[in-house]
Parts: sequence; C-alpha cells; structure tokens
Amino acid sequence: MTQNGKLSWKRKDLLGLRDLSAEEIELILDTAKSFSEVSQREVKKVPVMRGKTVVNLFLEPSTRTRVSFELAEKRLSADTISMASGGSSMTKGESLWDTIANIEALKVDIIVMRHGSSGAPHRVSNYTKCGIVNAGDGINEHPTQGLLDMFTLREIKGKIKGLKVVFVGDILHSRVARSNVWGLTKLGAEVVICGPKTLIPWGIEELGVKVIHDVKKAIDGADAVTLLRIQMERQNETLFPSIREYASTFGMNTELFKCAKPDAILMHPGPVNRGVEIESALADSPQSYILKQVTNGIAVRMAVLYLLSGALKNEK
Amino acid sequence: MKNKLNGQSVKNLIIRNAHIVDPANKIDEVMDIHIKSHRIVKWGKDLAAEEAEILDAKKLYLLPGLVDLHVHFREPGYEHKETIDTGAQAAIAGGFVACVTMPNTKPACDNAQVVKYQMERANVLNFNIFPSGTLTQGREGKKISEMAEMKAAGAVAVTDDGGWVVDSGVARRAYEYAATYGLPIMSHAEDHSISVNGVMNEGVVSSKLGLRGSPNAAEDIATARDIELVRLIKCQLHFQHVSTRGAVAMIRRAKAEGLPITAEATPHHIALTDEEFVKYDTFYKMSPPLRTEKDRQAIMAGLEDGTIDAIATDHAPHALEEKDRDIEVAPFGTIGLESAFGVIMTELFHGRKWKMEDIVRKMSLTPAEILKKTNFGRLKTGEQANFILVDAEKDWVFAEEDVHSRSLNSCFYGKKLKGKVLHTFVKGYQYAL
Repeated sequence: MTQNGKLSWKRKDLLGLRDLSAEEIELILDTAKSFSEVSQREVKKVPVMRGKTVVNLFLEPSTRTRVSFELAEKRLSADTISMASGGSSMTKGESLWDTIANIEALKVDIIVMRHGSSGAPHRVSNYTKCGIVNAGDGINEHPTQGLLDMFTLREIKGKIKGLKVVFVGDILHSRVARSNVWGLTKLGAEVVICGPKTLIPWGIEELGVKVIHDVKKAIDGADAVTLLRIQMERQNETLFPSIREYASTFGMNTELFKCAKPDAILMHPGPVNRGVEIESALADSPQSYILKQVTNGIAVRMAVLYLLSGALKNEK
Repeated sequence: MKNKLNGQSVKNLIIRNAHIVDPANKIDEVMDIHIKSHRIVKWGKDLAAEEAEILDAKKLYLLPGLVDLHVHFREPGYEHKETIDTGAQAAIAGGFVACVTMPNTKPACDNAQVVKYQMERANVLNFNIFPSGTLTQGREGKKISEMAEMKAAGAVAVTDDGGWVVDSGVARRAYEYAATYGLPIMSHAEDHSISVNGVMNEGVVSSKLGLRGSPNAAEDIATARDIELVRLIKCQLHFQHVSTRGAVAMIRRAKAEGLPITAEATPHHIALTDEEFVKYDTFYKMSPPLRTEKDRQAIMAGLEDGTIDAIATDHAPHALEEKDRDIEVAPFGTIGLESAFGVIMTELFHGRKWKMEDIVRKMSLTPAEILKKTNFGRLKTGEQANFILVDAEKDWVFAEEDVHSRSLNSCFYGKKLKGKVLHTFVKGYQYAL
C-alpha cells in the first residue's frame, strides 16, 4: 500500500471505518485538510473529478448528509444525480441489486448510498464495479460522519491520540457512534460511552471503549463530548421511560458541561433536539462546534470521493 | 429441476463386502446383504443367490437410512420454495429415507386433510414422510388443533415450530391434549418477546457488525418454561435445534431427573458460529441463530454425553429473491439435507473421532425411536430396503450445482467435506448419487 514511503489509496469503496487502518484514516483526514480550503474560495470548485459521474442513492430520508455530498461532488466538478426512495423504481418492487445493476449500466463511477439495512452497501459492493460510499447503513456505520467528527477534533485539538472523547445518548441505534468508536480507537483516543444500559450495544467494551452510565463521571476531564439524538421513532421499544426523564438524566447543559475540561468541545451529528439531549444555550455557546462539523463534512466527503475515484482510475 | 434423481426398482440384488453398521441389530462387520422385490431378505457372510445382480461395496459402509426429524417441504402453499417432490429429491441426495415435515405450510398443517395430502404425495413419490401437525389452530397460539384426527391420519408429532406458544396457559393445555394421544411435542424454544427483531446472535459480533441480535436468553427462557411444563404434565417433549449452552445444561439436568425429554441439534450449529456473519450474507440468517464458539462446544459436549439425542437438519428452503432482501427482512433458514451427512462426517467422525455407530445413532436410530417407527433406523428382514452406502473417506466440496432442492440457500457452499453418501435405497428403490 505504501509507495515511496507515501501511502496511496487502493480501495474502490468506503464501507466503514471498521475495515480501515489508522494510516488510511489519516490519509483521508490529511487529504480533507487540503480540500477544506476550496470551500473558502470565491470560486468554490476544483476540476479533479471532471468527467466523473456520481449517483447519490438515498433510500432512507436524509437532508444534511445528502446536501453535503452533493456540494462536495459539485465542488469537485463531478456530474451528479440524486435519487431518493420515493422517486425510484424500488418503490415499484425493483430489488436493490437490479437498481445497482441499472446504475452501473449507465456508466456511473461512484454510488453514494444511504440505506436502512445494516450491511446493504457491503453486500452491494461485491456485485458492482462502481465505487460505493456508505452514507449510513441501518444501525451499523456512517463513516463520513465519523471522519468529519475526527477531522473537527484534530483541527481544534491538533491531535487525536490521547484525547478523551465521550459519547452520550442512544449508542445502540447510532451508526455515528459506531463509526466514531472504530476510528477513534484506531487513532489512539480514549473513548467513553454513556447512556442507560438499554441504549448500549452488548459487549461494546470489547471494541476498546469504556462504558460509564453516570453522565457526570463519564464526561469528567473530557476533551470532547458528542451528544447523540434520542430517536423519537424508537419510543415504542420501551428503552427508556420518558423524554422528560432522559432529558433530566442524560441531557447536557452548561452547568453539567463544566465537568469536562475547560476547553472541551461539544459536538452533535444532528439533527439536534433542543431541550432533550442538549440545552439550547449550550448548543449555541462558543464551546459548541456543531456547525463547524457541518462545514468540515464537505471537505471530508470531497477527500473520500477524490481518493476513491483515483483508486478506480488505477484499476482501469 | 436441474438434477432429477431416478430410482431403480430393486428386483434381486446382492451387495457384497459392505461394512454394515447397525447398532440396533448389534452389527459392525463386513457382510453381504440380499434384497429381493424391494425387500431385505437377509444379511450374512458369503451370501449366494441365483440370478441376483451383484454390487461390490468393498470399502463402503452400509448404514440404516438417515431419518430427519425436522424439515420444511413447504407444500401446500409455498411451492416456489420447495415441494414434497423436490424436498424428497434433496433428502434422497443426502442419504435420508424419511423426514418429519413441519406444519408451517399454507394452509397450516393443523387438520387431518393436510396430513393425508402430504402423506399421499410422498407415497406417490416413493418416499417416507412423517408429517407433524400444529399444536394450535393456524399456529396462532390460541386454540388447540384437532390432534386426535391428525394422529389417526398419520401425524407423528405436534409443534407450532417457529411460532413457539408464548402463552403458558395455552401451551399447558395444548401439551396435555397432545399427551392424551401420545403425540410428542416438538418445541422450537424461542421467546419472541425477547428475540423480537434480532437477525443474528446478540453478542460482540452483532455489536461489531451493527446488527440487531437475539440473545441466548430468548431460547433459555423458553427451554426452562417447557421443562417445567413437562415436569407438570409428563408429556414427551422434543427440543428442536438446541443452540445455546444454557439450554444444553438445562436439558441435561432435566433428563437426569428422568423427565421424558429428547433433543436435536443441527449441522450448522455444530459446524458454524456467528463469526460467519461478517459479510452480511443472509444465507447465514437462521433461527435459532448461529451462536458463539462456547455454545458450539456445548452442543458437541451435549451430543457426546447423550443430552442431545439426534441430529436434524431444519432444512428450510427459501427462494433467492426472498433471501436477497434486506438482512432485517430476509427469511430465516438454510437448506441442509444434502450437506448434512458430509458436514457431520467431517466435524464429528473425522474431526472428533466418532465411531460410525455414533453417527448412525444420532442420524437414524434415535430419530426413529423418538418417532416410534421401528421399521426405520435399523435393517429388518422382510421390510423395504431403506439404507445407504457410504464412502467415509471421500473428499468433496459442497457446491450450488449439485443441489436438488428447489431452493439454493445453503450456508455450506465451498466447504471441504470428507464422507459422502454414494447410494440411497428408499422403499426398495436404488438411487445412485
């Protein structure tokens, strides 16, 4: 994988951070750094993906991720089309495999895929020559979100190794948390998971993270705290008694956040439920980097698309 | 169907030099056997018979035909997955001469008419099917099925299979009613309120893969409840596809107390673990799910100390377009009839140095005894030839092209196997494989 001491990207797909080495993750973050400057320019465009076609196949509702990918593609000069489940022939009963085969037949280079089923992009990637970017699969992974969180962390803190990073909320159903856990542990951060037992996946400690149920103890001395949205749509699974009790036990506020380091940063993958997992004032405080994450998302996604299209070119 | 097996009617045949292993008859030696007009005449050394055809079986084992306590032949109602015809073909290809069919057909096998229909279909096809009927009407877990009539029609057991009766009050009455007619209850012990939407075993692997899991407790709780009902009722109860170390331990204890309990394990729970799921391949999605290595070891210990009496396949065919759906909604199950003998020979005969007699007990004799079918699981003079000829040393790889089942959802493709059935004799018909 290393050429002249410099790492080169070999994968046609980005399926998850579980599969990546620390070096590969760092390559993406380094590449993203050079792309982050593009969005600051007057003319926010580079020609590196001119002539490439990208399809955004979003088979589960998404606004911010889809928009972020579309902008990343346009700023790389790729030709893009976005398909959502409502407007696709999948609602007419077409199988995912047929949809992918049809997209491939249109000579598309990369498919950015959001799917409600865990492992769907992994299964599809074996059947297509197109590069696959996982934009969130079921409750499994959301690798570009994990990468942009790490990018933000590294930008503010200058490093990742040795940082204490805490995740509070619904870890069980969070693909964002899972991608972060894989990535951060590989880069040497200390990861703490916090939430009621009902929202923590079985045996998650074996992935090298610490589980602390008391939020005050969990964020003690933290460099960064990421809050995860309580998924209102999962209320019927009796995972916690009420939003009110959740907000009073795990909700983050200015006072509580003082338990973290004075220069700790607050992150959230969105969408934010103000008054539930986060107090409104804290969300808008200078320690909150929620909007910075959104901005960085574009650079990270540009880096991923750029690296993948390079690997695809080498393959031909 | 790609590979149709055609049986040759056996008129007058002597099989020479076969190593016959038949624990019921206490045979474990090289002998000849004579079959005339479909029926076994006798076995012994250096048999002579005028005008008989000769089949030299030197270096081959001759075993009583395999008996499977657990298959899904899907007819009536789901003929796109399997029919009794294609199911019987798969069975014969795997060395099975008799199968207990599960009642989750459409309509469910909850009345004598469906039982009769299935048996008649098998009869026309020269195959032995022992239908099980449902415990409750429509497998809804509410009202007891017409077990007396089903038993009279030929049903050998009652079960709601995948739909374990959650309501313990209903289960108690259904088990009591079954006991009235001496029908064994087959229990797919799974508390669905715990397994809910789990697609695989709940554990470190499911957490790594971001898939919803079903914990061992779903099976353990159901097993514990059923053991207590057996203690209360003294009904004969058979645990299907035991998959957890907890269930093995509980069944061991219950049997030591003398409760009338039997149990089976499947080749896939014997050979595979939840690690197989890493490719998100729905062919590994089954119920109960593949568990951890600890559980797999407990299953083998249970087989070896007699806690688990039998090996059954839970042959569960599904069409590719059904299995190709999202992992959360794809149906549970793997086909198993055609790979079972090779997998068991590889894992247990070669892998754990089982004796051939042990294989025969787990895959033929004990299943027949559980069903009280004394013509099976052993050789019997005057009865139809139901046995197999086996090369214990043959290396082969299980491949999609070889499948006779209508469905292709196997978890064993590409697996290197040692030990293969070469001839299956069913009802006096010989199938060369």
